[in-house]
Amino acid sequence: MLRFILTRLGHLIPTFLGVTVVAFAFIRLIPGDPIEVLAGERSISPERHAELMAQFGYDKPLWEQYLVYLGNLLQGDLGRSIVTRKPVVEEFMTLFPATIELSLCAIILAILVGLPFGILAGVKRGTILDHGVMTVSLTGYSMPIFWWGLLLIIFFSANLGWTPVSGRLSVLYFFEPVTGFMLIDSLLSGEEGAFRSAVSHLILPTVVLATIPMAVIARQTRSAMLEVLSEDYVRTARAKGLPPLRVVGLHALRNALIPVVTVIGLQVGVLLAGAILTETIFSWPGIGKWMVDSIFRRDYPSVQGGLLMIAGIVMVVNMLVDLLYGLINPRIRRTG
Amino acid sequence: MKRPMLSATLAVAATLCVAMPAQAKTLVFCSEGSPEGFNPAFYTAGTTFDASSQAIYNRLVEFERGTTNIVPALAEDWTISGDGLEYTFKLRKGVKFQTTKDFTPTRDFNADDVVFSFLRQLKKDHPYHAVSGGSYEYFNGMSMPDLLKDVVKVDDHTVKFVLNRPEAPMIANLGMDFASIFSAEYADAMMKAGTPEKVDLEPVGTGPFQLVAYQKDAVIRYKSHPGYWAGKAPIDNLVFAITPDANVRYQKLRAGECHVMPYPNPADLEAMRSDEEINLLQQEGLNVGYLGFNVEKKPFDDRKVRQALNMAINKQAIIDVVFQGAGKAAKNPIPPTIWSYNDAVEDYPYDPEKAKKLLAEAGIKDLKTNIWAMPVQRPYNPNARRMAELIQADWEKVGVTAEIVSFEWGEYLKRSKEGEHDTVLLGWTGDNGDPDNFLAVLLGCDGVGGSNRARWCHKPFEGLIQKAKTVSEKEDRVELYKQAQTVFKEEAPWVTIAHSNVFKPVRKEVVDFRINPLGTHVFYGVDLKE
Repeated sequence: MLRFILTRLGHLIPTFLGVTVVAFAFIRLIPGDPIEVLAGERSISPERHAELMAQFGYDKPLWEQYLVYLGNLLQGDLGRSIVTRKPVVEEFMTLFPATIELSLCAIILAILVGLPFGILAGVKRGTILDHGVMTVSLTGYSMPIFWWGLLLIIFFSANLGWTPVSGRLSVLYFFEPVTGFMLIDSLLSGEEGAFRSAVSHLILPTVVLATIPMAVIARQTRSAMLEVLSEDYVRTARAKGLPPLRVVGLHALRNALIPVVTVIGLQVGVLLAGAILTETIFSWPGIGKWMVDSIFRRDYPSVQGGLLMIAGIVMVVNMLVDLLYGLINPRIRRTG
Repeated sequence: MKRPMLSATLAVAATLCVAMPAQAKTLVFCSEGSPEGFNPAFYTAGTTFDASSQAIYNRLVEFERGTTNIVPALAEDWTISGDGLEYTFKLRKGVKFQTTKDFTPTRDFNADDVVFSFLRQLKKDHPYHAVSGGSYEYFNGMSMPDLLKDVVKVDDHTVKFVLNRPEAPMIANLGMDFASIFSAEYADAMMKAGTPEKVDLEPVGTGPFQLVAYQKDAVIRYKSHPGYWAGKAPIDNLVFAITPDANVRYQKLRAGECHVMPYPNPADLEAMRSDEEINLLQQEGLNVGYLGFNVEKKPFDDRKVRQALNMAINKQAIIDVVFQGAGKAAKNPIPPTIWSYNDAVEDYPYDPEKAKKLLAEAGIKDLKTNIWAMPVQRPYNPNARRMAELIQADWEKVGVTAEIVSFEWGEYLKRSKEGEHDTVLLGWTGDNGDPDNFLAVLLGCDGVGGSNRARWCHKPFEGLIQKAKTVSEKEDRVELYKQAQTVFKEEAPWVTIAHSNVFKPVRKEVVDFRINPLGTHVFYGVDLKE
């Protein structure tokens, strides 16, 4: 097992280096320079433009800029935003808990709903339930997030008044963040009603963000179940007279879960991408919105730093998923 | 539909009773984005000014709420020397700075604060110049480094600005956000403590509200400054609930989660008008959207061609389609709300036949050209692509084939500055309500290669606007600017397209909110009905 973990960790290093190159090159491939965007219609004199480019080090050749960036990175320095002038790490860490909180809630919801419905659809293949789950999941999968979010807001928040429209907490509550996780901070604050407010603000964005992963998980679980259920050993188990719940729950599900776990791992990337839109609609102060703003402003250090941190997180999560496979299926552990 | 809304409002009101001290009035503004920071001298975005200069700071002079009229603020009075090179300000006494956890002021506002605020931006060797990355783009953009020779303390309550050349718009410049006054005492204290950047991060001003807390992309909280020199604000707390999406802002306003919202979607205006809970305020914007001809390129160096292409465009159709009626056709390069607007100028009529004739006279046949369309939405141009398509279709009718070109915004600005375009769609929103801020910036010879995208440097026009900079009598300036507008129209370096209307939906309980023509949001003086 230790060798398996070390091999997986070894894979991370070249991948991470690759990501630094991509993150560095990506924002520079987009036309337009940050100084012009900062100045807008007002325009800026060529002298002042050159002065600012030199100040940020963008007048140097690209390879030199990359080496400086890599050098700083090795010392844990992701640079400062050229807009707010604050360290990128600090900005990222302020906003990241909001994204994590939302993404965690979304993935939990997606698994809690997607997995059982996927199993049911697989077991009851061809029934109305199966068709129903498949139709709903296809609809969910194809739902444009922006439209879906707005629809829920108009219906549940503006018309019915059941949930707040946007934000993380009612503006009427005020306390200094401790962990950055609003559910925890609102409990710690001891303010009456703050926790309830935090929960009510989470409902709609969680549903919106969970919609696509939920659909994917349900469909993947169903097809994995179908495949496993037609295997010989399941037939044998049935023939032995094992109760159906035991056949499905113990023998079939364990093998069916392998591809499902992979898909759940991959959904982390999908969630972070979905978070960009969801955060914008629900005014959720997370990294998705921050990344989009940074790209529009050509804020090189923020985009590079943000991409790197996100990629790092996705890689670590996928590694954990790999390790989890090993636990579920020892054969992978041995061949890995 | 009404009952849930009512219950939501009641719920908010009920929670208000629980969470806030009795009778505390909290106004919530659904702002459109996060401020870049809290030092207005570093930035150029209105979003940042709303959160910093307008709430926390004051300037020597300010714009009267809802107008572009200059009124005394931290300066009670001023005199200008005969040669227009010295401006002497008498400062207001008894003005208190705000108190924060790290700083308690020991003295009132005085001349040292004014000198500090300007010399920090002007002098590269000032100890604070490079603090927080020190980039003073508005100060530079308004040519203050060339203009300002020195700022001198005469006595504790008198300060003198010495200029390198006469500049009539100087007073208006001093009302702008970058000219906000900081506490020199606070700066000294932070420098001694080894944390000079705190001056920019934890602001201390003389303004009506003081910063309580800021959570990026989420919320900004202010409380009213109890010792404010013009009297405490009628509201006790001001909250900016940062809400980037216009649809969501509207839903928040409907649900009673905020009181005022900026930048509504044009498509929502009709619903807002008929909503009993909302007042839809409206004002003509201090802006102009235009199509600039690159007069350095043939055949746009020929006035007749420019006039013909002016006549070929159906402006009313653009107002109806692109602005959805929320705009006014422009005939001058300055909006009607700016003094010296020349209403006697006659616009080119929409006359394709005459346009064809003029083009023929200029010897133009089968002209092929391009129209550059901005990739971003602006108040002066909500949909440049659509506008370009309409112009393209209009020109097609007079035998001119135009290709629509667009680039990413930074690239668009850069390339149009370098004059790569034949014709370019762009616009401008005024900074200080002075005509010079439109005419000299956008059409002056110094602006060629910069903000003068038409690259139009016309001696008679330039003579008029330069002269208007040096005369201090407003009536004389009015006359010069009126003449300049006549020359502009004859020469037609632009097609002046539209001045947009600005809309601000506010909830019914908001009292005396006024739209600021300069685009920022001012909450001092605004109240909430009990």
